[in-house]
Amino acid sequence: MSEQRNDNHAPRPSLWPIGFAIAVACLLVGLVISWIIAAVGAALAIVFGLLWAREVTREVRGEVPEVEPETRVVADEAAPTTGDGQVPLPMYTRSRFLEATTIGLGAAIGVAVTLPVLGFMVLPSFTNLKKIRVDLGPIDNFPEGTFVIASFIANPTIGQVSRRTAFVRYNGPTSNGEPSFTILYSRCVHLGCPVQPNGPIDEKDKKTFGNVELRPVLAQSFGCPCHGGQYNSEGNRTAGPPVRSMDRFEYSIKDRHLILGQVYAVGSVTGSGADAKISKYPWSTPGTHVDGIEAWLYPIVPSQVTG
Amino acid sequence: MATTVPRRRRIKTRREKVVESTVLVPLDWIDERTAAVKGTKWFLFRNVPRDVNWMQTLGSATLTAFIVQALTGAILAMYYQPSTAIDPTTGKPVAYSSIQKITNDVTLGWLVRGMHRWGASVFIILLFLHMGRVFLFGAYKYPRELTWITGVLILATGMLMGFTGYLLPWDQTAYWATAVGINLNGTAPFLGPWLAQFLANGPEISNFTLPKFYALHMLLLPGAIIALIGIHIYLVTRLGVVSPPWSKEEAGRERDGDGVVPSAARAGLVRGSSGSGS
Repeated sequence: MSEQRNDNHAPRPSLWPIGFAIAVACLLVGLVISWIIAAVGAALAIVFGLLWAREVTREVRGEVPEVEPETRVVADEAAPTTGDGQVPLPMYTRSRFLEATTIGLGAAIGVAVTLPVLGFMVLPSFTNLKKIRVDLGPIDNFPEGTFVIASFIANPTIGQVSRRTAFVRYNGPTSNGEPSFTILYSRCVHLGCPVQPNGPIDEKDKKTFGNVELRPVLAQSFGCPCHGGQYNSEGNRTAGPPVRSMDRFEYSIKDRHLILGQVYAVGSVTGSGADAKISKYPWSTPGTHVDGIEAWLYPIVPSQVTG
Repeated sequence: MATTVPRRRRIKTRREKVVESTVLVPLDWIDERTAAVKGTKWFLFRNVPRDVNWMQTLGSATLTAFIVQALTGAILAMYYQPSTAIDPTTGKPVAYSSIQKITNDVTLGWLVRGMHRWGASVFIILLFLHMGRVFLFGAYKYPRELTWITGVLILATGMLMGFTGYLLPWDQTAYWATAVGINLNGTAPFLGPWLAQFLANGPEISNFTLPKFYALHMLLLPGAIIALIGIHIYLVTRLGVVSPPWSKEEAGRERDGDGVVPSAARAGLVRGSSGSGS
C-alpha cells in the first residue's frame, strides 16, 4: 500500500487549463496581428480561467464530485489488484508525460537556439567570400622573361591584412598573339609561409600603381625560409617538404592592364613559359595534396563548394 | 577510551559568549544553508598516504599557474584591443599598437604581460611534469582512469589556449606562426581544409581571424578548461592520492578500528587507505 498515491488534495484532471493556455496564446498573437483576435483571446482566457478556477476549487467549495474517479490500465498489462480489491490508479503516466514533454520541449528549444548560433559561428567562414580581382597596372611594366614581385591589397575593404604577394613573369605573346603570364602565389604550399625569390631585388626599378608595388627580381627559383621548400621558375618543387607545385593566379588582360583573378592549386607543371602544361585544381589549403593517391584524403575541399 | 577522565564542564565567560555569537553564529547561519563547512572538510581535510612527497604537489602548482593566467589575462583584456585596423596615431595595426602600449606605456603593464606570456610556458611545463609524475607513479590506473582522461583534455585545451593566444600580439611571429598552425590543422584528412578555413575565417588569415582567436582565447576555451579542471579536482578529491610506487606501506591495509573495506581500499578507492603501518 505504500505505493498508493495520496492524491486527496490533488485536483482532478481537467481540460480547462489547455483552453486557458490556447486563449492566452490567442491573446498574445492578437496583440501582434489584430486587436479583434486579442479581444477574443482575452474573453476566452477569462472564461476558461474562471472554469479552471471553478474546477480546482470544487472541493474547497464543498461540492460533491459528479463522477467517480476513472481508473485505467497501464499499457497492455492489466493493473494488479491490491489486497482489498481496489484497482490502483496508473502511477506514473502523468509524471512520465511531463518528463517527456519537458525533455522534448527542452531539446526542441535547445536545437532552435543552438543551430542558428552555431551556423553564425561556422558559416561566415565559407559564405560571401570576396573574389579577388586586382588591377596590377599596364602590362608594359612587366619585362619579358623576368620575374616581378607584385605586392598588392587583395581586398581594399579590409586593408593591409589582405596584402598579398605574387611573382609575375611576362612570357611574351603566345602563338595566337595573346600575352602570356606566369603568376605564382608567394605562399608556400607546404604550410603557407612567404616564399622568397632566390636572387637580388632590383629596388631602383621599383614601380607603383595605386596600392600595387612592383619590384623586378633576378631570380629563376624560389625558396621558403620556414622549412626549406625550394621551387624552380615554374613553381615546381625541387627540394623540401612541399606537396605540390606553387599556387597560381588566374589572370585576364583588360585595356592592356593585367587583372589578377582567383588563386588555384597546381599539381605539377610540364614545359615552361607560354607553353607550360599546368595541371589545375581548385585551390586547397597548403600542405594538402591535389593529385595522386594522397589527394583521396581530401575528397571535398571548401573551394569546390564555395567557389 | 574508558580511562579518559571526564572533563568538567566549564562555565563560559561573557567574553567567550560574545566571540561565539559574533563568529560562530554567522558561520552557523551560512553552514546551515550551504553545508559549506562539511564541503570544505570534504575537500581539504583528507587523509593522504603518509609517504607522499613533493612531486605530488605538481598538480596544485599547475592549478596555481592556471589561476595566474586567468587573472593576468582578465586584466590584460582591459587594455588589449583585438583589431586589425590601422591605428592612425601609430600607423600600425590597433592590436599591435595596444600590445606596445601595454608593454611600454601602461603602468606595470610590462609586468602583467610578462607574467601572462611566460606564465603560459610555466603552465604547460608544469602540466607535463605533473603528467609525467602521474604516469611514473602509475596513478592513472583503476579507479583513476577518468582523472587521467580529463587531465589529457585539459592538456589539449591548454595547447589550444597557447595556439589562440599566440596570434594576439599581431606581430610577424604571431602572424606567420598562426598561418603555419592553421595550415597544419588543414592537412588533417577529410575535414582538415574545412577546419583551416573555419579557423582563418576564410581561405586565409583576414581581419576577422584576430577577433575569432581572441574570443576563443578569452571566452570559449577558458570556460571549457575551467569546467574540465573542476571535474578533474572533484575526481582527485573523491578518489584520493596514491602512494608512491616505492611505498613500503601495504596498499589497502585496514586501519585499526577503521571500517575500511579491504577490496575497495586495495583499489585505492577509499581515501587515506594506505594503512597506518602499526
